[in-house]
Amino acid sequence: MKVGFKLAMKMLAKWRLLSLFALIALVLSGCGKPYLSALRPAGEVAQSQYELMLLSTAIMVGVIAVVTIIFIYVVIKFRRKNDNEIPKQVEGSHKLEILWTVIPILLLLILAVPTVAQTFKLADVSPMDKKNADGKTDALVVNVRASLYWWEFEYPNEGIITSQEMVVPTDEKVYFNLKASDVKHSFWIPAIGGKMDTNTENVNKFWLEFDSKAADEAGGLFYGKCAELCGPSHALMDFKVKTLPRDEFDQWVASMKAVKEPAKAETASAQQGQEIFNNSCIGCHAVTPANTAPEAARVGPNLTNFGDRSRVAGILDHSAENVKKWIEDPEAYKPGNKMTGKYPQLSSEELDAVAEYLMGLKVQK
Amino acid sequence: MSTYAQKKGFGATLWDYLTTVDHKKIAILYLIAGGFFFLLGGLEALFIRIQLAVPNNDFVSAGFYNEILTMHGTTMIFLAAMPLVFAFMNAVMPLQIGARDVAFPFLNSLGFWLFFFGGVFLNLSWFLGGAPDAGWTSYASLSLTSTTHGIDFYALGLQISGMGTLIGGINFLVTIINMRAPGMTYMRMPMFTWATFVTSALILFAFPPLTVGLFLLIFDRMFGSNFFNVANGGNTIIWEHLFWIFGHPEVYILILPAFGIFSEIFAIFSRKRLFGYSSMVFATILIGFLGFMVWAHHMFTTGLGPIANAIFAVATMAIAVPTGIKIFNWLFTMWGGSIKFSTPMLWAVAFIPSFVAGGVTGVMLATAAADYQYHDTYFVVAHFHYVIVGGVVFALFAGAHLYWPKMFGTMLNETLGKITFWLFLIGFHLTFFIQHFLGLMGMPRRIFTFLPGQGLETGNLVSSIGAALMGVAVLVLLVNVVTTTVKNEKVGNDPWGDGRTLEWAIASPPPFYNFKQLPLVRGLDAYWLEKMEGKKGMTPAEPIGDIHMPNNSFIPFVLVLGLFIAAFGTMYHAETSWGLPVLILGMAVTLGAMFVRSIKDDHGFHIHKEDLIDDDKDKGVKA
Repeated sequence: MKVGFKLAMKMLAKWRLLSLFALIALVLSGCGKPYLSALRPAGEVAQSQYELMLLSTAIMVGVIAVVTIIFIYVVIKFRRKNDNEIPKQVEGSHKLEILWTVIPILLLLILAVPTVAQTFKLADVSPMDKKNADGKTDALVVNVRASLYWWEFEYPNEGIITSQEMVVPTDEKVYFNLKASDVKHSFWIPAIGGKMDTNTENVNKFWLEFDSKAADEAGGLFYGKCAELCGPSHALMDFKVKTLPRDEFDQWVASMKAVKEPAKAETASAQQGQEIFNNSCIGCHAVTPANTAPEAARVGPNLTNFGDRSRVAGILDHSAENVKKWIEDPEAYKPGNKMTGKYPQLSSEELDAVAEYLMGLKVQK
Repeated sequence: MSTYAQKKGFGATLWDYLTTVDHKKIAILYLIAGGFFFLLGGLEALFIRIQLAVPNNDFVSAGFYNEILTMHGTTMIFLAAMPLVFAFMNAVMPLQIGARDVAFPFLNSLGFWLFFFGGVFLNLSWFLGGAPDAGWTSYASLSLTSTTHGIDFYALGLQISGMGTLIGGINFLVTIINMRAPGMTYMRMPMFTWATFVTSALILFAFPPLTVGLFLLIFDRMFGSNFFNVANGGNTIIWEHLFWIFGHPEVYILILPAFGIFSEIFAIFSRKRLFGYSSMVFATILIGFLGFMVWAHHMFTTGLGPIANAIFAVATMAIAVPTGIKIFNWLFTMWGGSIKFSTPMLWAVAFIPSFVAGGVTGVMLATAAADYQYHDTYFVVAHFHYVIVGGVVFALFAGAHLYWPKMFGTMLNETLGKITFWLFLIGFHLTFFIQHFLGLMGMPRRIFTFLPGQGLETGNLVSSIGAALMGVAVLVLLVNVVTTTVKNEKVGNDPWGDGRTLEWAIASPPPFYNFKQLPLVRGLDAYWLEKMEGKKGMTPAEPIGDIHMPNNSFIPFVLVLGLFIAAFGTMYHAETSWGLPVLILGMAVTLGAMFVRSIKDDHGFHIHKEDLIDDDKDKGVKA
């Protein structure tokens, strides 16, 4: 028994070494896509969660190693060799039992301290309460509203709204108010930080930070997901996050704000599309970014900058062809969505026109 | 009066099982029904893995997928794992404490039929407009908006089967407290009996919150109340709390009996008493207690705030300590032992690394700040399958092989058993290990499909291949069960040769009264002690005398049938004219059955001394 025990103690000492830590990091990095994977942290929150992950993994791999060594030793050493042997009936060992009670407690304490510290740090949204002279916050705040299979992003300080693709500045903390308008959803940008639920009865708050270097690596576009089962198209309730340096972000805000009236379509076909849009679509989809309309009136995604986006309906590649497909039969692409059947059937020509109009809705020229 | 089954017609056998109050027969009923639902849940799992084998798959539609995933979880937890655990508790626990039956045989039967009819009701949803589709957790905002009757089937079906579980738990508690054989003190009880005891206590405290939650849901959906309706001042977070105050202890309700089964196996197949028995008992109780203190770790992302999250994080970590104690005790039970790798022992041995892997990810999930990443992803899916399959299902397979001779008097084939084991073990790790990484790479759980180009293709394909292996393993087990039953080669009292506890001291299967004379228990591992002193069996604690036995009864079946009918009435009362009358009719049947049970004196019967002595002679001839 002593031999195995010494072995176990050796292992305990061994796993403290950084080498194991580094090894795990090596194995875990390179897992998944830089725009999607929690193992490729691209912001302060994801980074601190990743470090906790590494710490807990290192401790746990240590535990597994100890168990495995004893396990293999026992299973090999104590196979029955003689059918008549009756081993000594051992009652237990207080020393051993105290040992394997106390060591895990110590290991858990090592883990518990940073866990508690990080839990409080990630919940610190006090800058959201500090209002300046205009009654606005200095920090950037985004109100996220989740609805059956789409996302709305309202910038209360700037007074603008966009949907499906959130635009944020890099290298600063962005604060979020999260809520749902129908059933519970959950707001998750894996590479940027852990998720938080959008509840139906209250507003949840948290913050995230988007690292500019990591953003470059990810192509300036992160993938966001709904992480709470919300209906048939839960799997398709994706959104994107476009990251911009602060000055470009300010420009984007300015050009959004400049859209006071619906932009006039330029080509004849697009103008026809706009007409159809104004008759059939505008009841749900706004094409101006102002956040003056009440929430209940904002039934569908705001399309002010639709032409700038990277996906149709959050999932399809961004092309006029896919816009047409989507409008023709949304049910085929997002089962259970709330758009199907809300507008008259459009002819192929009309679809062309609407698609051209929508693809032309850009604020970033 | 012979205790051995005379050849009976099918009708007579069926009637016998419909009316039986014998814990051994009820165990077989639980085993068959639970086994059936296990196959059903397994089939649903295979559908899930086929759908997710490749991106953008259209094997099933999005809505149907949600029904399958909901029913997979609900079936596996409530209708497969629970009854299978109950099967072994019923079959073994009364024998282990030297009792002739459970304390309330009638309630035992009632509990089974409640579970069974609840499960059947739930599964009828497939044929009556669609199964529930809001996940096994049925979070309130989604479950209230679900348009089919699926969620109604869920709420009513679980309500009925939950009552059965609660009744069963109370019955086991009373049995263990009151019916231990002379000399069977608490600290001499076999570990599986201890596990049954603590589990039953957990059931007693965990199921009422579920009952409350389900009633609120039933009233919201079928009778127009607004407990969870936010627009009218309700609150859906209450459902989350109620569900998890039940739901977390529920996983311990499943895993503690698994621990119990493994504790028996390690001791038997190492020929060594359980290492650190008293600390094992202590750890079991502590796990049961802490199990009630940690439910909010399922809600770290709900927005409870950092104080609640930090407290529940630390409390959750604490559970690792008693669990670790158990793992080391099992390892040191084998240490210095004489290990024989029969099929049950293979499962037990494989359980240790598998369960440790699941346990450590549990601690990782407990680190609240990092859990924001893990929550509701495939990492969690991997974690809970590692503990529930690697812990509970392994134990059920192990228990099936270990106790098959005690329940049916015949041994499952060892070769087929080992084939099942290896196929399942490999398939299991292939399926679930990679899911940890899928989750961290950004795959949320409960998604019916995934898009190409997100780095999730390989992992999902590997996972699906593993699932197929598990499917094959279960088929081999079925073949094993059928061939074993057909061959029907009878075995003696102690077929493994190293039985330590009382159940191995009597015939396989035991006579319907279990012990002709109650045994005298002289210490832990009572039967082993006698064997070591060269004795053939237990020393009786009483002279041979008349044995009082309960009569069979058809009342439990009728009573539950009433509830089953009433559930249909409840569900359709708002939209049909026949709903309300059917509801009243069903309740009338149930209340009538209760009334008959209350006024009819049923004193049971006695087996006379002379018949018992005759039995001995019968047995002598047969052997």
